[in-house]
Amino acid sequence: MATFPEYIAQNEERDGVRFSWNVWPSSRLEATRMVVPVAALFTPLKERPDLPPIQYEPVLCSRATCRAVLNPLCQVDYRAKLWACNFCYQRNQFPPSYAGISEVNQPAELLPQFSTIEYVVQRGPQMPLVFLYVVDTCMEDEDLQALKESLQMSLSLLPPTALVGLITFGRMVQVHELGCEGISKSYVFRGTKDLNAKQLQEMLGLTKPSATQGRGPQTAQQPLSNRFLQPVQKIDMNLTDLLGELQRDPWPVTQGKRPLRSLGVAMSIAVGLLECTFPNTGARIMTFIGGPATQGPGMVVGDELKTPIRSWHDIEKDNAKFMKKATKHYESLANRASTNGHIIDIYACALDQTGLLEMKCCANYTGGYMVMADSFNTSLFKQTFQRVFTKDVQGSFKMAFAATLEVKTSREIKVSGAIGPCVSLNAKGPCVSENEIGTGGTCQWKICGLDPSTTLALYFEVVNQHNAPIPQGGRGAIQFVTQYQHSSGQRRIRVTTTARNWADAQTQIQSIAASFDQEAAAILMARLAVYRAETEEGPDVLRWLDRQLIRLFMFHLRRSPFLQVFNNSPDESSYYRHQFNRQDLTQALIMIQPVLYAYSFNGPPEPVLLDSSSILPDRILLMDTFFQILIYHGETVAQWRKAGYQDMPEYENFKHLLQAPVDDAQELLHTRFPMPRYIDTEHGGSQARFLLSKVNPSQTHNNMYAWGQESGAPILTDDVSLQVFMDHLKKLAVSSAA
Amino acid sequence: MNVNQHTPMASPYGQPQPGYSQPGYAPLDGGYPAPYAPYNGPASAYQPGAPPQGPARGPPASGPPPVSAPQPYNQYSHSQGDMQNGPPTMTQAPPRPAASQPYNPGAMNLSGPHPSYPQHYGPPSTIQQVTNQMTGMQIASGPPTPAGPGYAPPHSSQPPVSTAYSAAPPPSYTQAIPPVSSAPTQPPPPSGPATSQQYYGGPPPSSQQPFNSSLPPTSQQQFTSSAPPPPSSQQTFPPTSYSGPVPPPSQAPAPPVSQSQQSFPPTQPPFSSAPPPVSQPAFLSGPPPPVQGSFPPRAPPPSSHQYPGPMPPQQQPPLSQPSPYHSGPPPPRAQMPPTSMPQSNHLPPGPQGPPGPPGPLQQPPPQPGMQGGYPPQQNGAFGQVRGPQPGYAGPYPGQPNYGAPAPAPAPAPPAQKRLDPDAIPSPQASDMPAVQKSRHRIDPDAIPSPIQVIEDDKAKSTEPFTTGVRGQAPPLVTTNFQVKDQGNASPRFIRCTAYNMPCTADMAKQSQVPLAAVIKPLATLPPDETPPYVVDHGEGGPIRCNRCKAYMCPYMQFIEGGRRFQCGFCSCVTEVPPHYFQHLDHTGKRVDCYDRPELSLGSYEFLATVDYCKNNKLPQPPAFVFLIDVSYNAVKSGMVSIVCQELKTLLDYLPRENPEMDSVVRVGFVTYNKVLHFYNVKSSLAQPQMLVVSDVSDMFVPLLDGFLVNVNESRLVIESLLDQIPEMFADTRETETVFGPVIQAGLEALKAADCAGKLFVFHTSLPIAEAPGKLKNREDKKLIGTDKEKSLFQPQVGFYNNLAKECVAQGCCVDLFLFPNQYVDVATLGVVPVSTGGSVYKYTYFQAQSDQERFLNDLRRDIQKPVGFDAVMRVRTSTGIRATDFYGSFFMSNTTDVELAGLDCDKAITVEFKHDDKLSEETGALMQCAMLYTSCSGQRRLRIHNMAVNCCSQLADLYRNCETDTIINFFSKYAFRGILNNPTKAVRDTLVNQCAQILACYRKNCASPSSAGQLILPECMKLLPVYLNCVLKSDVLLPGADVSLDDRAYLRQLISCMDVAETHVFFYPRLLPLMKLESGSLPVAVRDSEERLSKGGVYLLETGLHLFLWVGASAQQELLLNIFGTQSFSQIDPSMTSLPVLDNPFSQRLREIIDSFRAQRSRYMKLMVVKQEDRAELIFRHFLVEDKSASGGASYVDFLCHMHKEIRQLLS
Repeated sequence: MATFPEYIAQNEERDGVRFSWNVWPSSRLEATRMVVPVAALFTPLKERPDLPPIQYEPVLCSRATCRAVLNPLCQVDYRAKLWACNFCYQRNQFPPSYAGISEVNQPAELLPQFSTIEYVVQRGPQMPLVFLYVVDTCMEDEDLQALKESLQMSLSLLPPTALVGLITFGRMVQVHELGCEGISKSYVFRGTKDLNAKQLQEMLGLTKPSATQGRGPQTAQQPLSNRFLQPVQKIDMNLTDLLGELQRDPWPVTQGKRPLRSLGVAMSIAVGLLECTFPNTGARIMTFIGGPATQGPGMVVGDELKTPIRSWHDIEKDNAKFMKKATKHYESLANRASTNGHIIDIYACALDQTGLLEMKCCANYTGGYMVMADSFNTSLFKQTFQRVFTKDVQGSFKMAFAATLEVKTSREIKVSGAIGPCVSLNAKGPCVSENEIGTGGTCQWKICGLDPSTTLALYFEVVNQHNAPIPQGGRGAIQFVTQYQHSSGQRRIRVTTTARNWADAQTQIQSIAASFDQEAAAILMARLAVYRAETEEGPDVLRWLDRQLIRLFMFHLRRSPFLQVFNNSPDESSYYRHQFNRQDLTQALIMIQPVLYAYSFNGPPEPVLLDSSSILPDRILLMDTFFQILIYHGETVAQWRKAGYQDMPEYENFKHLLQAPVDDAQELLHTRFPMPRYIDTEHGGSQARFLLSKVNPSQTHNNMYAWGQESGAPILTDDVSLQVFMDHLKKLAVSSAA
Repeated sequence: MNVNQHTPMASPYGQPQPGYSQPGYAPLDGGYPAPYAPYNGPASAYQPGAPPQGPARGPPASGPPPVSAPQPYNQYSHSQGDMQNGPPTMTQAPPRPAASQPYNPGAMNLSGPHPSYPQHYGPPSTIQQVTNQMTGMQIASGPPTPAGPGYAPPHSSQPPVSTAYSAAPPPSYTQAIPPVSSAPTQPPPPSGPATSQQYYGGPPPSSQQPFNSSLPPTSQQQFTSSAPPPPSSQQTFPPTSYSGPVPPPSQAPAPPVSQSQQSFPPTQPPFSSAPPPVSQPAFLSGPPPPVQGSFPPRAPPPSSHQYPGPMPPQQQPPLSQPSPYHSGPPPPRAQMPPTSMPQSNHLPPGPQGPPGPPGPLQQPPPQPGMQGGYPPQQNGAFGQVRGPQPGYAGPYPGQPNYGAPAPAPAPAPPAQKRLDPDAIPSPQASDMPAVQKSRHRIDPDAIPSPIQVIEDDKAKSTEPFTTGVRGQAPPLVTTNFQVKDQGNASPRFIRCTAYNMPCTADMAKQSQVPLAAVIKPLATLPPDETPPYVVDHGEGGPIRCNRCKAYMCPYMQFIEGGRRFQCGFCSCVTEVPPHYFQHLDHTGKRVDCYDRPELSLGSYEFLATVDYCKNNKLPQPPAFVFLIDVSYNAVKSGMVSIVCQELKTLLDYLPRENPEMDSVVRVGFVTYNKVLHFYNVKSSLAQPQMLVVSDVSDMFVPLLDGFLVNVNESRLVIESLLDQIPEMFADTRETETVFGPVIQAGLEALKAADCAGKLFVFHTSLPIAEAPGKLKNREDKKLIGTDKEKSLFQPQVGFYNNLAKECVAQGCCVDLFLFPNQYVDVATLGVVPVSTGGSVYKYTYFQAQSDQERFLNDLRRDIQKPVGFDAVMRVRTSTGIRATDFYGSFFMSNTTDVELAGLDCDKAITVEFKHDDKLSEETGALMQCAMLYTSCSGQRRLRIHNMAVNCCSQLADLYRNCETDTIINFFSKYAFRGILNNPTKAVRDTLVNQCAQILACYRKNCASPSSAGQLILPECMKLLPVYLNCVLKSDVLLPGADVSLDDRAYLRQLISCMDVAETHVFFYPRLLPLMKLESGSLPVAVRDSEERLSKGGVYLLETGLHLFLWVGASAQQELLLNIFGTQSFSQIDPSMTSLPVLDNPFSQRLREIIDSFRAQRSRYMKLMVVKQEDRAELIFRHFLVEDKSASGGASYVDFLCHMHKEIRQLLS
């Protein structure tokens, strides 16, 4: 047997699953003592180019409360054509189509290498993808122009059959009717009045078709789509022109005022429009905003410029008068959208805050993207947006829609909850734990938007009683059933079945300890911490976290923007947390503990400690914090560069040195979503602060001479260094043990 | 003559007259201009009243006034004059000549008429005085005649005359009177006929001339025929026209031979005899004045006119008539008076009539003496007089000319109706005694004839009307005349019910005559009159009185060498700002008086400063927003495509002040059904953008930039839009509409653009879609006639009232075009248009093919017509009276300011005045209507109209200077508003009561004692009963079974902003016989009664809203061929809406006439061809207002009897 790290990597590679413990304690009591719960990071759509989808539907356990999918862990009686469910032990007959089954003729789902398998549902019509652009027009002409171009560009990236729609807003909200000849039509709504779906339906004149269609929503939806949501191939030109003619919101903005921006209503209308035309069909609402909502439901700040948008300080003082109401508004929108399987993306490009704090749930509940940039006229936005439409080798979008994730467990273990871009479907079942962690109380979650990197944290509870030993060699199994709408329009089901050994903590503590996945556990705990930070008071979370004992990560986690709001606006915090909650393990690790590479003449590029001592004058540092890619030229290097040595043929090596981190950064930039902020700075540069704020302040103005070293750069901070932190931790650990 | 006349004239008429009479004549002959000049003189003359003055003034004044009326009077006056005053007669005599030759004084003199006049009129004068007693009619006639000769001319100006009379002593009266009568006589002949024609055809002036030529034909001919061969001619004519009567009278006298004549003479005689004595004394004493007053009043003139008409002919030998007149002049006149008398009013109860006659008859003998004869007539005229009148009838027969076709009853009627009928007809008699002995037997020809009055007035109004004279009544609205502004507003801007206001509230209350003015601030003037000048007083704004804030006007008296001025309204003294200082001349006038419109004219405009603007900001140019219903019905009826098509061209004709420049008015477009579609037509767009607002519960404007655009800049986009709208909605299945949000949308658009403007809403159906202002169908025929009926005229919901308020605040005027196929609740939908100074147009069952023309013409006119926005009107009056009530399309948030979101050139506002103190006869009563508005070029201006009227302490003066048309305008608006709060029946009763009180008061205080059975009407008001009856039986107050609630509400609102001319023709439609058409003149109208229609004829009837062509079943083939291009009656297609274009003079002329009618009215009239005995004839008959109506409305005769009964009850 391979080492645990290899096993873990293999499992992750094959199933997209990483457990905090890879051998499970066999009783509740023992599991509780282990502090870090049995939990998993699960990436439902882990990219598996080698995995061909199967063109039939899965075989399900016939027990109504189980409905688990036939998998390699099931026992099969080839002669009787029976199989036993490994979750409920129900014996099931194979369906007629499996008549030819035998030991040598096994269906794919029984082969061990297909512990993750994907079925294609053949029934039902293929649904088109729906993209609804919701565009703010209250922005500078430059920004608007850039945005328009991006949008026009995106049209060419959409599959010809995809339906697109356009809603623009400013002081008013306009729903554009597409495909009109000779005259462009739009429905206009006041930005101050929220409308429920029914009202909206009437006002958009969408009632009659639906009334006639009666029961067959799908057949009738086609005609419905005709006015506001049209196939790209049909209205490509029309929409391009329409976008081209978009004007900045014409209503005058007087001195000292913010433009009136009806974001809340615009989103509400977008949600409502899809709700009444394409319920339960994959759809993306892509919202582009250039500032905060300033009127109507969902407003986060008044239009008086003299009143700044809420800060953490205001929130703590309970001085953010619009926040609660706005949050409630967006939450209800998010819930409506997720109920119907619709994604809400938010692309917020503004120098100031735009209200992401209030709107975060829209993206978080629906699996939508949240992108924050300074302007639409930046490559950050442009490339990020372009990357939304990235395609895989088959030419399909790397996105999936309207997914539901169902978790089935062996009897000894139950699921407590999930943390990630999902909402509960409130499906009670035998495998639902009473103990809730994150979004719990259910064994099914809705994930409206999925991409290959979307990762959920799932927390389990071992419920086996101490006095009910598990039979030797028994394994705990967990099955993840993800049904989703593929970007080709197909309905697909991906089933991942995984199992881990049970171990008696008293006798096999060693193996349990060895099976601990430190990285996964760190992220799982961090998610939990962030989840708590979102829902509870900050200091409490830190205190809670402090009681957990995870070394290095914890130090950085404490300092990270996920928990630390100092120096971050509420919007930024929301943004960082959003990303943290959906990215996979690797990326999450980077977010917590940025990666630092050093380039120098002393040798090939090497990773170095995220420590102030790594900052040396003759080095070029490349830091990747996930959100930022930063290249830092040490003092000497910067001087060389300034002197222009890189342009001299005899110093070509210096040129190469300078180029190396840039190339590496480009590589990172090209794969990362969302695009990180790219920073090129040097010693003493203002933007060097990004680096300085991340590194471990092992040398500060307080102690730099105490260490007596020449290397490194002192950091002007009062933050404790890792050393101090560790010392303190040790003390605590001892004292608490006592 | 002149002298005599002058003196008399002057005194009688007041200043004006004198001038008129003397100058008038001379001028007349010479030319109109002269007359005008005289006017000024006249004014002065009037004041002096003294003979001497007269002469001086006379010349000027006489010129104009004399014109037509004067002459007729002259004739009468002559008679009177002769009778009464030696001198007067003289004067009179001259007048007559004038009469005969309206303008030529010389002619007048020459004409032997004098003698004749004397007879007739001579008595009249006395009679007049007496007559007053007798009845307005007689008096009227009487006075006129006497004064006539000399005065006649002046009389035309009469109004003043009357006033003058009151003021002036007897002599003046006589004179005055004469003028009147003379005037009438003279004018009539020439003008009379002419006038009638003119009416139809062209302007007054022309008419006069035409009269001579053309007119004569009709009236003259008749007269002539009748006159000379009284019997024969009369027979034929008599029946038809009343005018005939007049002439007849004259003829009659002479003709005594003829039956009719005989009859007349008798009547007159009686009058004359009895009255004479009375009258004279009366004159001398206080009484006379009243009488005179009555005489002088127009009534006489008119009557005289009619007569005159005939008369002139007589005088004017050239014409056929002349001879008759000459020969019989005297006699005729004698008769005339009688006739006039009777006409006036006396409709003695039938029974009395007969008896009366005898008396009269006896009197008749006296009549010869005219004077004597008249008086009696007046008094008893009605009853008895009529007896004699029959004779008149004869004369009328002469009139028949008018209604030639009318049953020639002349002969027969005469006998029966003798009494007053005839007398009545004689318009001359100011007092119209309409005596009806036995109602059943009353001859329609014997009661006052509107046609006669109209024709008489036309005949006498041959000269421009100058406004310089205080209290001078203008010609009737049916008369074409030119106006010269000399210090008072033109009657086109302001018309008053009374030009002689009672001095005290008691008097006003006693008389019950409403004191009101109908103001049409932006009235369009004919091309030959100068529009108001714009005055700029610089940065300080217009100069105003410190206390009452009245604007600088001719009534401000400069004192202290010009350093201060005293306000004519409140007497407060205000410093003259240095930049406005000017020295005074020796008369106390500013040296620059004639250089400054505000010091010398009645109407002018001030440029307003920023202080007069909303938010102290100069206004933006206004905008027009077109809101088009695109629901199923609208599209299917073709309305949408028609509107869109038309707008493409129409947008080039938006109102502008400088024809050379493009209009600055911006336009915007909205279509709607259940939701609203706004359009962005910004010039930079390649194609229009449609913005749908479906949230109608809380309306807003979805766009700012690009909604309101300049037509020229966005032409391509607009055209593209207008092309597409019909296509876009061609397949719509939406049947529900909203309405409230539509107006809100327009309002919000104007608010957003911060400008005033106008909304044109094209709407089809009851707004039942869920939205503010949603309505339900509440038409319930069962409520009609109950106390709850009033609720049907009130808006269903309060929403629109509030909306209207908002619209007014923004200066958003709403014009509503309705295309209903069923009940749409006009009462509610019309609230906003009516409150914002807008109009409602209704095209029930609109069909593109047949209604397109009417709709498009209305639309074109509505868009192009001059209009002002965001207006506030205030009427200031001199101390003693106060404007208390306002009627029209506007909104008032307090009791004094009339707020008009928009006001166009066709809208009139009726203002009622009440006393709050005493008025003085010296200063008269002043009113100043100031309207602050934004012109269509976005300029803020103040339009000022000043008006001064006389004040009187004698009721007779009041009754002599009233204008019935204006009174009817007021009554109708008063009643139509009354039904909002009172049961319809109560409103009708109120009207009848008030009318009865007015007439009873006259009878009691102004008419000479006579038998109670005699109906005596003031000359000025002799048509009050007939017109009032028309009001009472209008669809609004007395609906027929087939009249929808919407129609009633529509009419109700429509009337509320009509001016006098419109109400006149609306209530008493114009009915033209078309048997013979001549270029340049119109045929004389006939009375609105089926009796007047000849089976063999073709008639044109217009009401201002409808236009009918009635074809008699046995119309001549040639006629049909000329008109329709077919000889067969049965082949005429009754569904045609325009006549075939045929290349024959008749067809051309007829189409010209129709076109000219349409051009005169603010709304396009669709032509309906009605074939006799066709089903459509029912509709047509509805407009024959003298007949019983299908809905139960009384016939004229019946109503007159009823009125008489009421009066008698009041008197007893």
